[in-house]
Amino acid sequence: MMETMTDKKFKYGMVIDLDKCNGCGACAVACAVENNVPPAVEKMNKRNGITWMNISTVSNKEQFPKSESVFVPMFCQQCEKETPCMTVCPQNAVDVDPTTGIVGQIPQRCLGCRYCMTACPYHARYFNWWDPEWTEGMKQQLNPDVAPRMRGVVEKCNFCHGRLHAAKQKAASQGNREIDPAEYIPACVESCPNKAITFGDLIDETTAVAQLAKSENTFRFLSRLGTEPKVHYHSEKKWVREMTEKTLTRTHAANGLAQEEIHG
Amino acid sequence: MRSKIISIGGILFGLIIGWYVFPYALYRNNQQPLQFSHIAHTGEKGGMACEDCHSTNSEGRFQGIPAIAKCAECHSSPIGESKNEKRMVEDYITPNKEIPWFVYSRQPDNAFFSHAPHVKLGGLKCEECHGQHGSSEFLRTQQTNRISGYSRDIWGANISGFSSNSWEGMKMSKCVRCHGDNGRRDGCIECHK
Repeated sequence: MMETMTDKKFKYGMVIDLDKCNGCGACAVACAVENNVPPAVEKMNKRNGITWMNISTVSNKEQFPKSESVFVPMFCQQCEKETPCMTVCPQNAVDVDPTTGIVGQIPQRCLGCRYCMTACPYHARYFNWWDPEWTEGMKQQLNPDVAPRMRGVVEKCNFCHGRLHAAKQKAASQGNREIDPAEYIPACVESCPNKAITFGDLIDETTAVAQLAKSENTFRFLSRLGTEPKVHYHSEKKWVREMTEKTLTRTHAANGLAQEEIHG
Repeated sequence: MRSKIISIGGILFGLIIGWYVFPYALYRNNQQPLQFSHIAHTGEKGGMACEDCHSTNSEGRFQGIPAIAKCAECHSSPIGESKNEKRMVEDYITPNKEIPWFVYSRQPDNAFFSHAPHVKLGGLKCEECHGQHGSSEFLRTQQTNRISGYSRDIWGANISGFSSNSWEGMKMSKCVRCHGDNGRRDGCIECHK
């Protein structure tokens, strides 16, 4: 029989440098390709399209020449404490992985009640109003490491857990119990041309992400809720860091999602 | 007396429907496209090990049933007189066409199972989950659930849910039990993709 295995604990997290983000949307495309999110129709909204990575523009509402704006990639913030979506799910379709800290969504368990979408403070969850549709050619490039979802279930960012699986099985095939950190990098991190996203283990103090997360100008969205998201944002600009404390209007959704207000 | 007969008869009728008629209606019988004898390869004559054909690649991904090229390494022309052998060479190897096998142990899309950690790190033997498949003489009929499309082997042979051998059934409850017995505490995404 197998020997007893107790895995080392990880706490995967991210720091997104908003000063480096230029809103190109490469992360959103890479995310969709990696996670089998079907291509959206033109000018899609939350009713007819899905994106796990939503990029909005936020402006400081000042007149020129003081006007400034920033792109905010918003996706599942991987709340560590009192994870709102997990707490409300009647199906146990959401759980916080004890070894990685990833808030996992299991769409196959989901019954589609959408409590989690209501509970999520970040609007980072998406409901499949329709069955996913791919064009014939696109079916050939579906990722076999991620199961496609069906109509009637909720989905969200799982920190590219398909890539974590792949890294784990590669390590195991070489006889290692621990993965090489370079093997597990989410698609958005890999695709960002400006290297605005840093990813890694937050427990290990030596990682770049752990140091960035503790640095002075790093903040988290809606931190006063106490959910301790593992996705951090970084900006040298004061108004950017304070934006979640105010009510802000998304002036324009970069990838065409419906305009919404973030109430802070 | 009459009511007793009716009730016992009713129970029997229900059992027959549930035990025989329903499974018969629920599962589609698939005959394999070719007959294949594992024992001819793994027995004394062949002397091959499971890994010789069912291997993992450099990424640690299990390759499943080997491609036709693997068969062609030895069977470029028919070995022996058997009908199956002749058909394999003529229908599949010569035109370089893959054999459309029905897989007994294919898991649903949302289940992530990797052989590498179980075999390399956990030290599980193939027989633990696949039973005596490696020394079988012929390929039995594969049964597919008409509704879900999953193989009946996933559920296990016995409809009552009891299994006496470790290789009967490949359901989640079995994975969870073994992981629990070995001191693992896993989240859902450990095994779901």
